Amino acid sequence: MTLADYATFSNYAVASATVVIALAWLAYMAEWGFARQVRTPVRERELVTAGGGGDVDAHEADAPPELRRDLAGRMGTSFSILGTLILVAGVVARGLAAERVPWGNMYEFSCAGVAVAMTVYLGLVKTQQVQWLGGIVTGFAVIVLGLSMTVYVPAGPLVPALHSYWLVIHVAAAMIAGSAFLVGAATSVLYLVKARAERLTPNEEDRVGPIWRLPSSVAMDRLAYRVHAFAFPIWTFGALIAGPIWAQYAWGRYWGWDPKEVWAFITWVVYAGYLHARATAGWKGKAAAILALVGFATFMFNYVGVNLFVPGLHSYSK
Amino acid sequence: MRTALFLLLLLAVAAIPGSLVPQRGVDAQALERYQIQHPTLAPILDNLGFFSVYSSPWFSSVYLLLMVSLVGCILPRTLVYYRALRARPPKAPRNLERLPESRRWETDADLDEVVAHARKVLGRGRARVDVVDTEVRAESGYLREAGNLVFHVCLVIVLVSVAAGGLLGYRGSAIVVDEGGGFSNDLTQYDEFSAGALFDTDRLPPFSLTLDDFRARFQLTGPQRGAPREFEALGRYTSRPGEPERPFDIQVNHPLNIDGTSVFIVGQGYAPVIKVTDGDGNVAFDGAVPFLPEDGTYTSTGVVKVPDAVPEQLGFQGFFLPTAISTGDDSAPISAFPGAANPNLGLFAYYGNLGLDEGDPQSVFILDKDDLTQMTDTDGAPFRINLSQGQVTDLPDGRGTVEFVGLRQFVKFQFSASPGLQVPLWATSIGVLGLILSLGIRPRRTWLRARREGTRTVVEVAGLDRVSRGDLGADIDEIVRELQDEHPVAANDGPDATSTDKSIDDQHEDARS
Repeated sequence: MTLADYATFSNYAVASATVVIALAWLAYMAEWGFARQVRTPVRERELVTAGGGGDVDAHEADAPPELRRDLAGRMGTSFSILGTLILVAGVVARGLAAERVPWGNMYEFSCAGVAVAMTVYLGLVKTQQVQWLGGIVTGFAVIVLGLSMTVYVPAGPLVPALHSYWLVIHVAAAMIAGSAFLVGAATSVLYLVKARAERLTPNEEDRVGPIWRLPSSVAMDRLAYRVHAFAFPIWTFGALIAGPIWAQYAWGRYWGWDPKEVWAFITWVVYAGYLHARATAGWKGKAAAILALVGFATFMFNYVGVNLFVPGLHSYSK
Repeated sequence: MRTALFLLLLLAVAAIPGSLVPQRGVDAQALERYQIQHPTLAPILDNLGFFSVYSSPWFSSVYLLLMVSLVGCILPRTLVYYRALRARPPKAPRNLERLPESRRWETDADLDEVVAHARKVLGRGRARVDVVDTEVRAESGYLREAGNLVFHVCLVIVLVSVAAGGLLGYRGSAIVVDEGGGFSNDLTQYDEFSAGALFDTDRLPPFSLTLDDFRARFQLTGPQRGAPREFEALGRYTSRPGEPERPFDIQVNHPLNIDGTSVFIVGQGYAPVIKVTDGDGNVAFDGAVPFLPEDGTYTSTGVVKVPDAVPEQLGFQGFFLPTAISTGDDSAPISAFPGAANPNLGLFAYYGNLGLDEGDPQSVFILDKDDLTQMTDTDGAPFRINLSQGQVTDLPDGRGTVEFVGLRQFVKFQFSASPGLQVPLWATSIGVLGLILSLGIRPRRTWLRARREGTRTVVEVAGLDRVSRGDLGADIDEIVRELQDEHPVAANDGPDATSTDKSIDDQHEDARS
C-alpha cells in the first residue's frame, strides 16, 4: 500500500470505528432501558404471593427483559471491542501514512486518545468488571471522535518543533493519564448518583430499579481512587517532567507559563487536591468526587479550549 | 490538611487568569495588541498584576503560604514517622470482633505451635511482627509514609531550585545573519537580555560564534504547503578567545551547549542585502538588513537607516516578500510561500534627520519619522520602490539609488544559562517515585490472639486497613486457611456449636448455600 492508501484506510477505519462505538453506546443504553423492565427479586416475590397460583406466569413474563438486558449488555461490550480494534487499526494506519507516531495534531490526538481510553476501559472490564461504565465511556468516545472531524487535517509531516522522541513519551503519557482521568470521572459521576440514591433509599426493600445493579458507592469510591492513584503519577511524569525536559530542548526554557502549561499545572493541582480531600474529614466522598470531576473538566478545557481558542506555543491543532 | 487543600485550590484558581490574558514575560507583542484593543480595561488589569500573574504579589503570596504549610506539615510528620519507625507494632484491641474483619475458631493444636506458625504467616510481605505472650502483632506498609514525605520534600526542593535557577541564570536573544554573521557573548550584542538578580553580567562566558549557513525547508505540496519542515544552522564557535574553532549544527530540539550556556534557534527570517548610494554617488550603505516575519508566508517588515547619506540622511521602511505574487494591477503584491522563490522588496523612502544623534536608544526596526519627509513621485503620491533581486532604482530629485543586491537569511538565537538545571529534574523524578510509593502502598495491621480453653486452643484473627483497599476480608481468610491447614478446626459435636467453630471453607460453603 502507498502512503495515500494508508491515509484513506485510516479515514475509513476511524469513521467505521465511530459508528461501531456508537452502536456500543446504544446497546449499553438499551441494557439500562431493559433493566428498568426487570422486576427485582423482592418485588417479584411480593407479586407472586399476591397473585396466588400465578407464579409460573409471573416468571415467564419476567424472563424476556432480563435476557434482553443481559444480551444488550454483552452486545455493548462486543461492539466496544470491535470498535476499539477498528480504531486502533485506523490510528496505526495513520501513523504509517504520516511515517511518524500518529499523535502530532489535535485530530490525531483525539483518535489515538480515544483508542487508549477504550483500551483502558476494556482492560478494566476484563479485570474489574466495570461494564457499568460502558455507557459513559462509549458516549464520551463517540462525542470526541465526532468532534475530531471538525479539526481533521490530512496526514503529513510535522513542524520542526515536534521533531523529537519526546513527542512519543510526553504525548503518550498525557493520553494514558487522560484515559484514566476519564474512567475516574465516569466512576465519580456514578458514585455521586449511587451515593445519593443510597442516602435517599435507606430501606433495602425499596431499592428497585437499574441503579441498584451498580456496585455499592463504597466500591465505586475505591475504584475511583485506584484509577486516579494510577493516573496522577503518570500525569506528573508526562506534564511536569517529560514536558519541561522537551520544552528545555525545543524552546530553551523548561517552564514558561504557556497556556497549555498553565492548564496542565491547574489539572495537576486539582487532582492533588482530590487526593488530599479523600484523606480530609468533611471532604471525603462527595466533595472529593466533585473535585475529581473538576479536575477532568480542567483537563478537557486544556484539550479543547486551550487548543482552539487560546493562542500559545502548543498550537498544533491545525 | 484542610489549610493545604484550600491553598492548593486557591493556587489553581489564581493560575487561571495568566492563561487567558497575555503575559508580559511570555508574549510581549500579544500584550501590546491587547492593550490597544482594550484601552480602558488594560490599565486596570495591569495595576492588579494580571499581565504578570506568576510574579504578582497575590500569586506569590498563595504559593509562599503553600510552601509554609508544606514545610509546617513535613517537619512534624517526619518526627512522627521517625517515632513510628522505632516503635513496635501496636498491641491488639481488647475486642477483636469489633474490627472490620475478624475470624475465630477452635483447634486441638498446641497453643505455642499455633502462635509460632502465626508469627511466620503474619510476618510475610515485609511486615514487622512481634509476639507478646500469645498475641501476634503485625504491621506492614511503612513505606507509604516514607514515599509521602519524600514526595513533599522533593516538591519543596523543586520550588526552591526553580527560584534559585532564575536568580543565578541569564537569558537573551540576538539576531545573526548567515553567510558569515557573528555573535560574541557580550551584553552589547544582545537584542533582548534579562538576568537573575544574583547573576553578574561581567561574568558572561566569553564565547563567540559565526553563522555560515542557515537551511530552511518548507512543505512544497499538499494541504500543508508552506508549513516549516526543517531549520538547521551551521557554523563555527570558540568557547573563549584563542581557543580553536569548532563546528556546530543547531536544529530545533538540538541546541548547542557552550560552557553551560545553551544556544537555541527561536526564530528565523530573511535579510535582503541592500545597497544605497547617496546624491553624490557615494555608497552610503551596503549590508544585509533583517526583516521580521509577520505571518506564516513570511511577509516581513523592516527598516533601513542610512545616516551617512548626503546631502540629507535617508530612511526606508517597507516589506519583504519571499515569494511575491501580484493580486491585481493596483494592489500590492502578497507573499504566497515562505521559501524564497520570487523575492520582492517594497519600500517607502524618507529623507531628513533620522534622529540618531539625540542620544536616546532607538530600535533598529522602527523609523523615527519626526524629522523625516516622505519622498513623492511627480504627481504627489508616496514614492514606492519595488525591487526584485538584482534590480536597482533611482530615488526622486537625484537623491541617489537603491539596489536589492542579494538575499541572506537570519536566525534569532536564544542564549540561556540556568545553573543547577538538573536539580529540579532529579527532584521531580525522585518525587514521582515517592508519590508512587505513597499512592500504591497500603498499610495494614493484623493481629492474632490465641488462648487455651479447656483442652482446646481458641484462635482469633483480625485486621485493620488504615487505607481502605477492599481485599482485607479475602486476605484474612487466606491467613486463616493457611493456619487451619496445619492446625485443623476441632470437631465439635456439642450442642453449643456455632458457625465460627467451622473451618473457613465451611463458612463460605454456608454463605453460598
